[in-house]
Amino acid sequence: MSDFSAFSAAPRAVAAPARPGQIALRWLLFSLLGLFALFYLLPLFVMLTTSLKSLEEIRSGSLVSLPREVTFEAWRTAWSGACTGIQCEGLRPYFWNSVLLAVPAVLISTFLGAANGYIIAQWHFRGANLIFSAMLFGCFIPFQVVLLPMARMLGWMGLAGTIPGLIFAHVIYGIGFTTLFFRNFYVTIPSDLVKAAKVDGAGFFRIFWSIFLPLSLPIIVVTVIWQFTQIWNDFLFGVSFSQAGTQPVTVALNNIVNSTTGVKEYNVDMAAAIIAGLPTLLVYVVAGKYFIRGLTAGSVKG
Amino acid sequence: MPPILDIRNLNKNYGAVEILKEVNVSIDQGDFLVLVGPSGCGKSTLLNCIAGLEPISGGSISIGGRDMTRVSPRDRDIAMVFQSYALYPTMTVAKNITFGMKVRGVDAATQTRKLDEVARQLQIEPLLNRRPGQLSGGQRQRVAMGRALVRDPKLFLFDEPLSNLDAKLRVSMRSEIKKLHQNLGATMVYVTHDQIEAMTLATKIVVMKGGEVQQIGTPAEIYNHPANLFVADFMGSPAMNLIPARTQRSGQGLQIEITRPEGAPMVLQSPLAQDLPENVILGLRPEDIIEAGARNGPAVQAAQCRVDLVEPAGADTYVVSELGGKQVTARLHAETKAQPGAMLDLAFDLAKVSFFAPDSGERLN
Repeated sequence: MSDFSAFSAAPRAVAAPARPGQIALRWLLFSLLGLFALFYLLPLFVMLTTSLKSLEEIRSGSLVSLPREVTFEAWRTAWSGACTGIQCEGLRPYFWNSVLLAVPAVLISTFLGAANGYIIAQWHFRGANLIFSAMLFGCFIPFQVVLLPMARMLGWMGLAGTIPGLIFAHVIYGIGFTTLFFRNFYVTIPSDLVKAAKVDGAGFFRIFWSIFLPLSLPIIVVTVIWQFTQIWNDFLFGVSFSQAGTQPVTVALNNIVNSTTGVKEYNVDMAAAIIAGLPTLLVYVVAGKYFIRGLTAGSVKG
Repeated sequence: MPPILDIRNLNKNYGAVEILKEVNVSIDQGDFLVLVGPSGCGKSTLLNCIAGLEPISGGSISIGGRDMTRVSPRDRDIAMVFQSYALYPTMTVAKNITFGMKVRGVDAATQTRKLDEVARQLQIEPLLNRRPGQLSGGQRQRVAMGRALVRDPKLFLFDEPLSNLDAKLRVSMRSEIKKLHQNLGATMVYVTHDQIEAMTLATKIVVMKGGEVQQIGTPAEIYNHPANLFVADFMGSPAMNLIPARTQRSGQGLQIEITRPEGAPMVLQSPLAQDLPENVILGLRPEDIIEAGARNGPAVQAAQCRVDLVEPAGADTYVVSELGGKQVTARLHAETKAQPGAMLDLAFDLAKVSFFAPDSGERLN
């Protein structure tokens, strides 16, 4: 919160007559920020330009030059024609797999996190802290460690190689984070609110639905962004727990890029990579404002 | 008619820590009970126990003649106002007030009628469509009261409802609560650490300390006959003078000797027929130490004291003098001629004197 407020204080500092030292410092700051922005944007620039070039031009031209002739052929191929192994349907079916996987997994894990956070923060029961610590511990377990046990479990549940199986894996893995987010948010809400609602006659679920969930928009946005990014971008669970036909877009992208024979179609690879990354980018653009607000919401009394 | 609230032998422990010890309180319909004590004395916990928000470890609570010891808060027929107001932040004022009725499935027409009634009573009609975040502290306080009033419960519970308000608003809300109590004839239990609030509002006061009830009585009883040194010291502002003294039996009765920093000890005649131990603590309110000649009565006795401090307070002037090794405050007229360092003739009115045992702190008379 402190560095956040330092940024918001900056315009006021400009309004006041600034000393030369301050102006120099500000220029230094902005050039540095600009440099970093450029550094991070450069790969995106290369990807975008390459995806709009023809294969001919890529072979003859420079990596960072703008396309002489803009063509969307590579995008069309990436979406519906590129070959992943023997099938040549492009990213499209796998993209929808990812949507079918990410949307329910995000919603379920967010909802469970909210319920867990509400219980742990506001219904002080014996062992609540222990359970919370155990869930926190879950956040620090690397993906690789749970691969084998999870595979066994999915097989035993009859969900191996299916999208519901992948949803299950992501929900279980995400609960630690989502619970952490919601618990830390709900801990800042005075417990008198629950008491007042109890006296008013509301029960456990009623208080959750009518009072806590409507309060939670900022933290719901944070959790949804976090979970969506995690689940959409996940490769390891996707490649381990799926089979032909249920693979998410990240796995398909890998297959397109790595399984082609002959000439490497850089333009198609780049277009495919952008398509695969687009949804998370979109989520940030749409909800990014709330993301910052939500991350700092817990620290502000309101 | 059974008492509206009857608490018997209530105990409350957190593990091995005893929060409330053997609390017995009962009040009748229309009473205004104030639980008062320093922070950590268990008064808020007791209120939460009455509300059913905290389970109790022993004893029983009955409300309106029904045993409510294990009944959940929603079925106790109570309403509660919290220190933080605890308004539902995402709901409008109207929704806040009707939430309880909505949860209980009261029909919409009744909800609207009661909402209008309460809004008129508390003069919050223009606020009904606002959210709590858009209200001032005093307005939030009113809405919180409205949420309680609309329920029309057997028992109103107030948990330090005024302590978040500024001094001026606090006084005006205090009289409004008192007016409300008189108009509704409702039964209220009110927690505060402010002894003035306790004195002004209560029909019955429970003074608590360390989880134990020190004294239960009307404000006058508590003020004039404090049961022990703690109550004597806690209730009243400025506090009661508690002066160490020695007693001596002589021909005329019991004499009380109080040392002075210089000269012979001051000697007062006990107005009581009863005998007292040799060492006592004499309790006398500042308003019972006055200028010589300002009051007449059988128990008024004059003595000369040296003035250490003069504190004008507008309506009165407080004069501080050292007696028995303690700072003793006298309450004189605003126009007193008292000068620091000079000797002053004071009158001690022992009609309402209290005597306490120095070791146990218990009242002796």
